[in-house]
Parts: sequence; C-alpha cells; structure tokens
Amino acid sequence: MVAAAFTDFMQQIVSGLASGGIYALLALALVIIHRSTGVINFAQGEMATLSTYIAWTLTFNHGWSYWPAFVATLAISFAGGVGIHRVVIRPVERGSVLRIVIVTIGLLVAINGFIIWQWSGEPQQLQSPFGTETYDIGGVVVAAHDIGTIAVALGIVLLLWGLFQFTKVGLALRAAAVNPEEARLVGVRVTWMLALGWGLAALLGAVAGMLTAPTVGLDPNMMAAVLIYSFAAAVLGGIDSPIGAVVGGLAIGVLLNLLSYLSQYAAFDWFTEELRLPMALLIILAVLLIRPQGIFGKPEVKRV
Amino acid sequence: MKTLLELDAVAARYGPVQALHDVSLVVREGEVVAVLGANGAGKTTTLRAISGTVSRSGAIELEGKQLKGGPESAARTGIAHVPEGRGTFIDLTVTENLKLGAYTSRNRSVKADILRIAEYFPWMTERGGQRAGTLSGGEQQMLALGRALMSHPRLLLLDEPSLGLAPMIVREFFRIVRKLNEEEGLTVLVVEQDARIALNASERAYVLEVGRVALTGRSAELRDDESVRRSYLGY
Repeated sequence: MVAAAFTDFMQQIVSGLASGGIYALLALALVIIHRSTGVINFAQGEMATLSTYIAWTLTFNHGWSYWPAFVATLAISFAGGVGIHRVVIRPVERGSVLRIVIVTIGLLVAINGFIIWQWSGEPQQLQSPFGTETYDIGGVVVAAHDIGTIAVALGIVLLLWGLFQFTKVGLALRAAAVNPEEARLVGVRVTWMLALGWGLAALLGAVAGMLTAPTVGLDPNMMAAVLIYSFAAAVLGGIDSPIGAVVGGLAIGVLLNLLSYLSQYAAFDWFTEELRLPMALLIILAVLLIRPQGIFGKPEVKRV
Repeated sequence: MKTLLELDAVAARYGPVQALHDVSLVVREGEVVAVLGANGAGKTTTLRAISGTVSRSGAIELEGKQLKGGPESAARTGIAHVPEGRGTFIDLTVTENLKLGAYTSRNRSVKADILRIAEYFPWMTERGGQRAGTLSGGEQQMLALGRALMSHPRLLLLDEPSLGLAPMIVREFFRIVRKLNEEEGLTVLVVEQDARIALNASERAYVLEVGRVALTGRSAELRDDESVRRSYLGY
C-alpha cells in the first residue's frame, strides 16, 4: 500500500518534470525577450504553435523523418523570430512599452488567424520521436516521451547556457540586454542582438511546441494554457532570471502534478484538473504580491 | 605632429535643446587634450558628438575621414569612449567587461591583451571573476579605462573620470593615463570638472562656455594665468 503510493507519487513527479521542462523552455523564451525588449511577449505561445505546425507539415505532408524536421523547424523558427523583430517590433521599440505589448497581442491574433486559415482548426497528431512505450524503473512506470522531453529540455537549456556564458556573441547578447547604451559604445550592434534574442526565443518556443503536441494534440490553441504556466514559471523564478525560468518551470510542473496526486486524499479532494489554470494564475498573483522580483530576481531599484 | 581628430563648427542637440552651438577643436596624435568648463557648458556633449551618441552637425574627422553613424561605428574606427559615471557593465564580471572592450578587435589575442592590461592594474587578475558592480568607485573607473584599452584605441575619450572619487584615486588614475600616453603613445581627449588636475595631466586645453569654445591654449600657460583661472576655471 505504502509502496504503491510511493510509485504513484514518483510517477507524478516524473511527468511533472516533463511538463515542467516544457514550461521552463517557454519561460526562458519569455525571459530572454523581457530582458532585451522589456515586455512580455504575448505571442510567444502562438509563435510556438506555428513552429509546431511547420514541423507537422514537414513530417506529415512532405514525409520528412522526425529529427531532420525538428532541426529544420528550429532553423525556420529562429529566422522567423529574427524577422518578427526586424519587421514588426523594431519600428515601435523606441515608443512606450504599451505600444510593444499591443503589437505582441496583435501578433498573437494574427498568427492564430493565419494558422486556422492555413491548416484549419482541426486537431492534428504529431508523433513523439520517443515513441509511446513506457519503462518500468523500480516499479515506477515512466513514459518514454516524458524522459525524452526532460532530456531535450535539459540539453537545450545547457546549450543556451553555454552560448550565453562562453561565446563572444553570448557575452554581447548579455551586454546588450543589461546596458544597451554602454554596449553600443564598445561596438556591439544592439539592434541585431535584440533580433537575435527574438530568434532564440522563437527557437525555444518551437522546441516547447514540438514536445507539447504529442501529448495534448496539435491544434491552434495548443499553447494557450502552456503559456500561462510558463508565465507563472517566469514570474516565480524572476522575470529577468534565466535560471529562475528553468527552476520556476520545473517547480510549476511538479507542483501542479503534486496537487493532482494529493487530490486522492480528503484534504485535497477539492482539486480537480480544471483548477490547474486558476492555480497558475493564483501563483502569479501571490508572487507579484509577496515577492515581485521572484525567487532569483533582484529587486528593481528606481532612481528618483 | 599629425592631426588625429578635428572638429569644425560642431553643433549638437537633445531634442529641442541645443547643447553645442559651435565647437571647433583639434587633437594631434600622441597628445593629451583637456576640455574644461562649468556644468552645462557642453563638455560631455562634445564627447558624445564625437562618438555619435547624440545627433550632431558640422564636420568631425578622424584622420581626415568624416565620422558618420552611431557609437557602434565609432568604436570600429578606433574611438574608445569612457562615459561619465564609470561605464562598466555592473552585472558582468571584471574579465567579461575587459573582453567586451575587445569586442571590435579581430585577430588579436584577448588573453594577451588582458595580461597587458593587468600590468597597469594588477588587482584585475586575481579578481577577474568578481562582478563589476561590487567594485569600489575607483576600481570601476580603472576597469572602465582598462576596458577601453582592450580595443587598442586610436583615440581615448574620458568623461569626468574624477567624478565622485577620492583625490588620491584621481591622482592615481591620471598617473596611469599619463603613463599610457608616454609609453604607448595613447591619444586622449579628457573632459574634466576638476580643472587643476586636468591641466596638470594635459598638454593643451579648451575651455567651453555655453556650447562654444571660449578659450584655448597650452595647459601650462592656462594654469599659470591667474585671470584665466579666476574667470573660467574657478580656482
């Protein structure tokens, strides 16, 4: 009985880490754009969905096998993100933050409309590259897709960390984000760095979308809920903190699954799946009230 | 000596506010030149006009070539601008700050350059991993200078390096600037509120008044002329 409860508990943790890995990727995308452009990119989820449709088209319509399609989708998404910044965001970048926010909301609507126009609203199925098998690890049954998701998310996070930490362009990206005026003085082309940031964010979203689709099904609104969870993750970790985004993402994924797990007990029987989204919003609210800078963020200092 | 930088009738504005009206000046290769004047005289704006961080008109030439474009291209033509208030990336480490200084230089060993800088500022070696924001004001100013040197600049622009620093540290800073000038032939255009120290460190000086050059001459002569000191330099 106790053993059964434990393996059930572990199963929830593993699957929580898998969805948390996806939230972490999308939260990281939100953080990268927030650090450089100063806004929450409301179109982040829609951009990810569009990327996933591209991957689906390559595999389903053009018969590509999964991994070549995966890599091609990343490349297309990266270019698309750079393009969005150059064409849509840059012209309003010097204006108020509100203008950029409205542009990202416009992007959300436009991309959503484009997806429905191009692919119809019919749900599609994108295969998992990891198959549908499950593994029994010491009594804990885990899905291959969950393990694969955690591995890919972790791998992407490490690659990105390496890029930011050990390369010249990574250093320039960070310099442009923390102090754009100073960065220009040392010769960094800041507007290109911002565009590069949008490209990376689009790429992260593409990975998140491609990992999400096999479990929830590909449809035009697939990433809407994921974006809310990722937003909660980014706020929890600290909206300007890449590490915070990753920790926050994993925490949100595990936390929501733990609540599902606990709902078998009387004290938590009020928790049903429908409460997952409101719970995420509650977390956002609580963090903003109690610790607005998040776990890893630094308090904002305004000079008067 | 060859002319390195020449400004001819340069004007600059921030939106509707005209900050520079008519500034002409010359910096020759290997010189240290000071720009002095009261608050609001246009000292900082003069440097910003040169590095392209303010919209400007008039001729600004580096080795006879008109400077166009923003600070990114100024950095690429060999102008290193250390702005007022240190100008370090406080969230990045000492070493990362230095590496950014070498951002525009290609085919040069960044490691060798960091070692070269460490000869002037030995403390930077052991504290390379420290975040710039945790350094003292004097150390940050030294780091800003070190970072500027990483690019092997043809012209170094220093904006109020003495601001908020203890006199002893200011002296040390200018001692290093002089040393760089004498040993490496570094050309410097320095803006200073503290006229006394700037006149001691420079060969020639320009005094600005409300966006115009009011006076120019050899630093030693300006320093020794009591009426100039009293009416323009306030000491």
